[in-house]
Amino acid sequence: MPAFTPPVGSLTVGLGLKSPHYAEALACSAAGLWFEIHAENYMVDGGARLAWLDAIRRDKPLSIHGVGLSLASEARPDPDHLDRLCDLVDGLEPALVSEHLAWSRHGDVYHPDLLPFPRTRARLACIADNIDEVQTALGRPILIENPSLYLALRGHEMAETEFLTEIVARSGCGLLLDVNNVHVTTHNLGGDARAYIDALPAEAVGEIHLAGHAPDERLGDALLIDSHDAPVSNAVWSLYDHALARLGPRPTLIERDGNVPDFAVLMAERDRALVHYDAQGARLHA
Amino acid sequence: MPEQATDGFEAAFHAMLSGDTAALDGWLAPDGQDRSVVDVYRNSVVKARLDALEALYPTVARLVGRDWFRAAGAEFAHGSPPVDPVLDTFAEDFPDWLAGFPPAHDLPYLAPVARIDRAWMRAHTAADAPVLSSAMVAAMPPARLFSSTARLHPSTTLFWFDWSVVSIWIDNQPDAEPDEPMVWEERPEGLLIVRAGHGVIWRRLARPEWAFLAACRDGHDLGRAARDAFAADPAVTLSTLFAGLLSARAFSTLHPEIQNDV
Repeated sequence: MPAFTPPVGSLTVGLGLKSPHYAEALACSAAGLWFEIHAENYMVDGGARLAWLDAIRRDKPLSIHGVGLSLASEARPDPDHLDRLCDLVDGLEPALVSEHLAWSRHGDVYHPDLLPFPRTRARLACIADNIDEVQTALGRPILIENPSLYLALRGHEMAETEFLTEIVARSGCGLLLDVNNVHVTTHNLGGDARAYIDALPAEAVGEIHLAGHAPDERLGDALLIDSHDAPVSNAVWSLYDHALARLGPRPTLIERDGNVPDFAVLMAERDRALVHYDAQGARLHA
Repeated sequence: MPEQATDGFEAAFHAMLSGDTAALDGWLAPDGQDRSVVDVYRNSVVKARLDALEALYPTVARLVGRDWFRAAGAEFAHGSPPVDPVLDTFAEDFPDWLAGFPPAHDLPYLAPVARIDRAWMRAHTAADAPVLSSAMVAAMPPARLFSSTARLHPSTTLFWFDWSVVSIWIDNQPDAEPDEPMVWEERPEGLLIVRAGHGVIWRRLARPEWAFLAACRDGHDLGRAARDAFAADPAVTLSTLFAGLLSARAFSTLHPEIQNDV
């Protein structure tokens, strides 16, 4: 499997595609715009979702972002689910395919969340094998996203950046750097967000995520939740600048999954991201 | 496949999510973090399940109110958690479960209303297929029409109830503002759920229409479907009935009887 190479240039800042925005997404002609979908929402036989997506992807690049492969499980990926992902990727020919450094399946039960785990060397071997199996089935490398963490666990043998670096080296996958997740995790569990970004292998980062977070309902500001239901915070914009300065321009996605505003509001947030993206691009080429 | 090595963490986390609040204690760092942080995961999983259930059964949720729905839903999901990351497939057995749920015994319309909600969601994501037009039917030689079979569109579901389930379901659609109070009474009602373009539509069915469609659904030819419609109502006008169902986009393809010429 050839290692992941970032597709710099064709994709600038994209948006998570939401069903209320299908018609506007199709009509929008903004340069460099692309869309990301959650794979599991489109694993259906037919109907409106697939029809809209098929129309939108004709002139806008697409990214498929899986939430259900449970790659950080000790168990192998569910073969039926992997088959469905292969079918989706074959049919939609996305520019990017990504998944999470998290698990969600135990036995027959699927927990609709992205769950944490102790970062041991034994588990690293399982995860690298799981990623390898997925990449072999898809015939292409995927990107792995750093999680938002809430719980201080015992038993970690490696820092998360070291863990991700090793996974990239073993499997040839790329990384999806979620800047909001870096902010949330380092806020919740300690650590320096900029040092986290500096410790990742820059050449492996193929995509950046930006999103909003919220204080926990009970614990308040002591615990930030990766809620995707608010605009990107000032702290995350600042961290995004740091990431761009270190990595150079990378396809960047604005995620919004709750309190979804009008398409125009998301496009305005995209314009703001483009200012950051272009400024760093200009700086690099000066 | 060799036995997978395990550190026991996933089983402990799963037990915690399933209600054993202390199951994860041995895995928590002794750093003074508020132990209730584990609730963030438990609440998040429960919320995701209930959000999915509410999206799949919106009419049930409207009928019983959000609090009742989510309390019942949490009980259902605890016993029948999702097994598939494609949450469109979650809770197929929720209507049957509601039928046996003691607090719903005084609400006998809930389970059948849930079945209609399910059919609606199924129609939304059913396979794409051609829609049979009246012109295609007209192209079939009349002599062969009655021995042909008309396949229903994959998005089609038919219902027939002896009680007023259909009226209750229609009056509790998202935009509905019914003038009359809800009436639960013995009153035969039929309903067709089918996709039309990008949307899903409903249409009330008269008894002969339901009989005609049910025969087609069961693989019988149009002659048998016509006889069943006449049996339901001897005064029915067959051409009008068929034209109405064609314009409702209920059918997909027309298949002449295989001629065994050899």
